[in-house]
Amino acid sequence: MTSMTSAVTERYDPVIGLETHVELGTRTKMFCACTTVFGGEPNSQVCPVCLGLPGSLPVVNKLAIEYTIKIGLALNCSIASWCRFARKNYFYPDMPKNFQISQYDEPLCSDGYLDVQVEGRTVRVGIERVHLEEDTGKSLHVGGATGRIHGADYSLVDYNRAGIPLVEIVTKPVEGTGALAPVVARVYVTELRDLLRSLDVSDVRMEEGSMRCDVNTSLSPAGSGSWGTRTETKNVNSLRSVERAVRSEMDRQADVLDAGQLVTLETRHFHEDSGTTTSGRSKEEAQDYRYFPEPDLVPLAPPADWVEQIRATLPEAPAARRARLQADWALSDLDMAALTNADALHLVEATVTAGASPADARKWWLGELARRANEAGTELAALKITPEQVARVAALVSDGTLNDSLARQVFEAVLAGQGDPDQVVAARGLAVVSDDGALTAAVDQAMTANPDAVASIAAGRTGAIGVLVGAVMKATRGKADPARVRSLIEERVG
Amino acid sequence: MDLTRSTAAELSDLLKAKQVSAREVAQAHLDRIAAVDGEVHAFLHVAADAALAQAAGIDARRAAGEELPALAGVPVAVKDVFVTEGMPTTCGSRILDGWRPPYDSTIVTRLKANGATILGKTNMDEFAMGSSTENSAYGPTHNPWDLTKIPGGSSGGSAAAVAAYQAPLATGSDTGGSIRQPAAVCGIVGTKPTYGGSSRYGVIAFASSLDTPGPFGRTVLDTALLHEAMSGHDPMDSTSIDAPVPPVVAAARAADVSGMRIGVVTELSGDGYQPGVLSKFAEAVELLEHLGAKVSEVSCPHFKYALPAYYLIAPSECSSNLARFDAMRYGLRAGDDGRLDAEQVMSLTREQGFGAEVKRRIILGTYALSSGYYDAYYGKAQQVRTLIIRDFDAAFGQVDVLISPATPTTAFGIGERADDPMAMYLADLCTIPSDLAGNAAISVPCGLAEEDGLPVGLQVMAPAMADDRLYRVAAAAEAGFTARWGQPLLNHAKGLGA
Amino acid sequence: MPITRDEVAHLARLSRIALTDQELDHLAPQLDQIISAVAQVQEVAAEGIPPTSHATGVTNVYRSDEPAPCLTPAQALDQAPAVDLQRFRVPRILGTEE
Repeated sequence: MTSMTSAVTERYDPVIGLETHVELGTRTKMFCACTTVFGGEPNSQVCPVCLGLPGSLPVVNKLAIEYTIKIGLALNCSIASWCRFARKNYFYPDMPKNFQISQYDEPLCSDGYLDVQVEGRTVRVGIERVHLEEDTGKSLHVGGATGRIHGADYSLVDYNRAGIPLVEIVTKPVEGTGALAPVVARVYVTELRDLLRSLDVSDVRMEEGSMRCDVNTSLSPAGSGSWGTRTETKNVNSLRSVERAVRSEMDRQADVLDAGQLVTLETRHFHEDSGTTTSGRSKEEAQDYRYFPEPDLVPLAPPADWVEQIRATLPEAPAARRARLQADWALSDLDMAALTNADALHLVEATVTAGASPADARKWWLGELARRANEAGTELAALKITPEQVARVAALVSDGTLNDSLARQVFEAVLAGQGDPDQVVAARGLAVVSDDGALTAAVDQAMTANPDAVASIAAGRTGAIGVLVGAVMKATRGKADPARVRSLIEERVG
Repeated sequence: MDLTRSTAAELSDLLKAKQVSAREVAQAHLDRIAAVDGEVHAFLHVAADAALAQAAGIDARRAAGEELPALAGVPVAVKDVFVTEGMPTTCGSRILDGWRPPYDSTIVTRLKANGATILGKTNMDEFAMGSSTENSAYGPTHNPWDLTKIPGGSSGGSAAAVAAYQAPLATGSDTGGSIRQPAAVCGIVGTKPTYGGSSRYGVIAFASSLDTPGPFGRTVLDTALLHEAMSGHDPMDSTSIDAPVPPVVAAARAADVSGMRIGVVTELSGDGYQPGVLSKFAEAVELLEHLGAKVSEVSCPHFKYALPAYYLIAPSECSSNLARFDAMRYGLRAGDDGRLDAEQVMSLTREQGFGAEVKRRIILGTYALSSGYYDAYYGKAQQVRTLIIRDFDAAFGQVDVLISPATPTTAFGIGERADDPMAMYLADLCTIPSDLAGNAAISVPCGLAEEDGLPVGLQVMAPAMADDRLYRVAAAAEAGFTARWGQPLLNHAKGLGA
Repeated sequence: MPITRDEVAHLARLSRIALTDQELDHLAPQLDQIISAVAQVQEVAAEGIPPTSHATGVTNVYRSDEPAPCLTPAQALDQAPAVDLQRFRVPRILGTEE
C-alpha cells in the first residue's frame, strides 16, 4: 500500500455506497410462523415453508411490513401505494427454494435520505430504496483450514435462519466526500444503526449478524465528473471495519489506477486481521437473477391511513435525542463528540437511567471500560458488562464501599464472568477498609519503612505524603480509602 | 351389489342409512384396483391398510351416533401432485422417488376432515407437465376405454381410476387443462374451479399463477360434492380467495338452463379439430337450445394467442419452482462420491431425476426470463394474458357461460405424440384460456365420436367465482344426454371388458 | 433462428442440468421450434396493455406475528440424503454465497 488516503483524494474523487441488511426483530419469520430466536439448536425452527418443501407457500408477516414502512418513514422515504415481491433466482445450498423472495423494481420504500454529522458538517446520504426479503440458512464448512469455504470437504446447513425477515437499505451513491469518505461511511452506518435501534425494529447487533454491511467503493479522476468502476466489499462486520474497508479499497484502487490498470468490477472480501480486501469472485458476467413477480404472493397496497398511523409512532430521531441529552447533561460539543465517537452514548444513557450520574457514567465508560475494550480488540457494546452493573459500581464508589482502584478490580472480575458487582465484592472481600485501627497500623508500618519520606513531610514537603499513601495502598492491596489514609498520615506526622 | 358401480352420492346415502359399511365400500374398491390396475396403471401407490383403517374409524363414529359429512366413507383417489403425510409423493418424477412428506396438503386435510377414504396416489405426467400421462417416470396410464390410448394428462391416473370404477371420486390439478382434458378423453366429469377457489398449499407447484386443484367424478353431482368438500379459503395460501364456495351442489341439483345465455366461442373450432368431436359438440349445442338456453356465437379474438402465452408463462414459473430439487434436502441425490462438488451433484441429480419434457420446459422458462428476453417473451405473454381476460370479460357481458369442445380430438394412441412436443401441446388448445384468466371451467361427456367410438367432452366456462353456473349447465346437459342415450356413457367403455 | 445449440447448453448450465451431448442434439432443435412458435405473442399489439401477474386482483394478504408449532429436527431431517450434527450435509460448495 503506497498511497495515503488524503493523497489519494488529491488525485481521485471517491464515490461510496452502502447496502445494509437488517434482520427484523419480529417473533416469527417473514413467510411462516417459525420463531426467530437466535441461537437455537440446528434445524429446530423450521417448517415446510421455510424449508421450501415441495408444495409449501409463503404468507406475509404483517408486522414485518409495518416495521419496514416505519424504517422507510424514518429515512424520509416515499412509501409505495402498490408493490409486489419478486423472485431472485440463483442456486445456493443455504437457500431452500434456490430463489429468494425479495423485491426488484418495486421496493416498498424509496427515495429518502439520512443526514449525518461528519467533523462539524452535515452530509445528506440519499436512500435509494428500502425493501424486504428473506434471510438464508447458515452453512458450516468442514474440512478446510479456517472453517471458510475454500478447501472445505463438505458443508453442514442449518435452516433456522432461513426465512427471517431481512430489510435491505441501499444508499444512493455518495459523492463529494473526498478524504472523509471512509469516515462518512462509518458515521452513516452508526447513525443508521442508532436510528433502527430507536425504532425498536431490530436489535441491530453487527457482531451477531442482525445487521450486515456491504460497502461499494469507486474512484474517478479528480474533477472528471464521471464515475469509476466500483467494487463491492463484503464481510464488513463492525463499524470500525466499515471505515477501514473503504479506506483500504480507496488505497488499493488508487494504486491500480496509478499503474495505468483498470479496476475490475468484482466482489471483494474484507479481512479483519489485515484490514485489507481480497478478490472474492470476479463477476465475469453480472449474475442474471431472472427476476419476475412472485406469483405465490399478492401485491402489497398499504392504505394511506395505515402509513400515517405508523408515522405517528415514530420516536424522537437520534439527532434530536443527542441534542436533548447534551443539554440535559450540560456537555460541551467536545465532550459530546467523545461519547459519540466512542459509540458510548446509548451505554451511558442506560447507565444514567440505572441511577448513575452522567459524570460517573461517562467517566467509567470512556475511561476504564474503553481501555479494556481496546485491549480486547472489541467494541464497547460487546463487553460482557451491562449499564446496570456499571451504575451499581458507581453507586458503590459513591457510598464509600469502593474506591476507584477497587472499582477497577470489580470491573475486571465482572468482565471475567465472576458475577454481579455485589457478588464480586463479597467473594473477593474487595470493600474499602474503613476500620481506622487497621488503617492506622498500616500507616505506622509505612512510616517505619519510609523514614526519609516522613522526614520530608515533617519538613513541609507535602509531596512526599504520596509515597506513604502509595505504600499503604500497596500494603492493603488497594482497599484503603486514599483520602482517609492521607489525613491519618497528616495527623501522625503532625 | 357391486359397490364400485355406485356413484358417490349413492354411496353416501347407503352409508348414511347404514346399509353398507365404509369398510365394505373401501374393500370393494381396493379389490377392483387389484383386479384391473395391472392393465390400467392408474395408481402409483395404493394405501390399502391406511384406507381400511380410515374406513373403520368412520364406521365406529357412525355407530356411536355421530353426524358425519356427506363424503364420510366415500373413497377418493388422490393425484400424486398432492403432498400426503407419511405416504409416498412422487409427482410422477424420479427425483422424488420414495419421498415421504412430513405434512399434508390442505386438500388432503379437508378430505380427511370430510371422512373420505383415501385409496392411494394416482399417476400423472411428471410435475404436471403433459397431456397424456406418458411423461410419468413410472410408466403411462392406459385409458379404460381402449388400453392402447392415452387417458389424457397430466391428471391421467385420476381420470382413469374414476373411469375404471376404481374410485367414484378423484382429485386432480389443472394448469393448462390437466383436469378437463383427461375427463373429456376418459368420458367422465372434471372441473377446474376458479383459480384461488381451492387451496394450493401442499400442491407441488408447476405454474403457481395457474395451478388449480379440482374434482373428478362420473356424474356432475358427484363432482359437485367433491368440489364443495375440497374448496374454500385457506390462510396458508396467499392466493386463496376469501369468499364462500359458490353453491355448486345446489346448482348441480337444479340442472336447469332455461333462459341462460350461452356463447359458442368462434375461435375454438376449425382446423385441427376432429370432425367427430365437432359433430358431438354441435349436438350438445342443439340439446342446450332444446332445453331452453339462448345460444349465440361469441368471438374471443385473442384466444389464438393463448397457447403461445401459456407456453411462456408456465415454463417460466416452473423453471423457478423446480429449482428447489437440488439433491440437498430431500429426494434423489446422484454422484455424491466425495469428489464432486455441490453444483456438480445438483446438475447430475437433475439430469438423472428429470424427464425430457420437464427439462424442455425448464430450459424454455429460463430463456424466457433471461435479461434481454424478458420483455419480448414473459412480459409480452403477461400482456396477452390481460387481453384474454378482457376477451372473457367482454364475452361474459353478453352471455352467462361460454362453451366449446373440451379438446380438439379424442384420446390418441400411446406413443403417437410422445416425441412431438408441439403436437402434444395442441391438446390444450381449448382449455388454456380459462387457466390464463383464472376462470372456472368444466368438461362433461357429450357423446362418442363416430370415427373411433371414443368419448368427447363438452367444455363450459364461467366467470371467476361463478362455478355454480358450470354445474347448472353440465347437469342439464348430462340429464338431457343420459335421457337420449338411455344409459350412462361409461357403459360403452370396453377397454377392461365388463 | 431463435436459439442455437450452444445457447441451449448455456441455459442448461444455468438451470443446473448436466445434459448429455445426445440430449442436446435432441432437445436443441425441439426448443428452437417451440420458441419460434411461442414468439407468436410478439405479433400482438400490446401498447399500453398492463401485464397480468395475478389473476385474482386480491391484495394485502397477511398473517399476524404469532408463532405456531413447526417441524422437529427429526422430521425436518428425516428425508435428507445425508445428515451430520443435526444438519443437512451437502457436498463441498465452491462458489461464495451472494
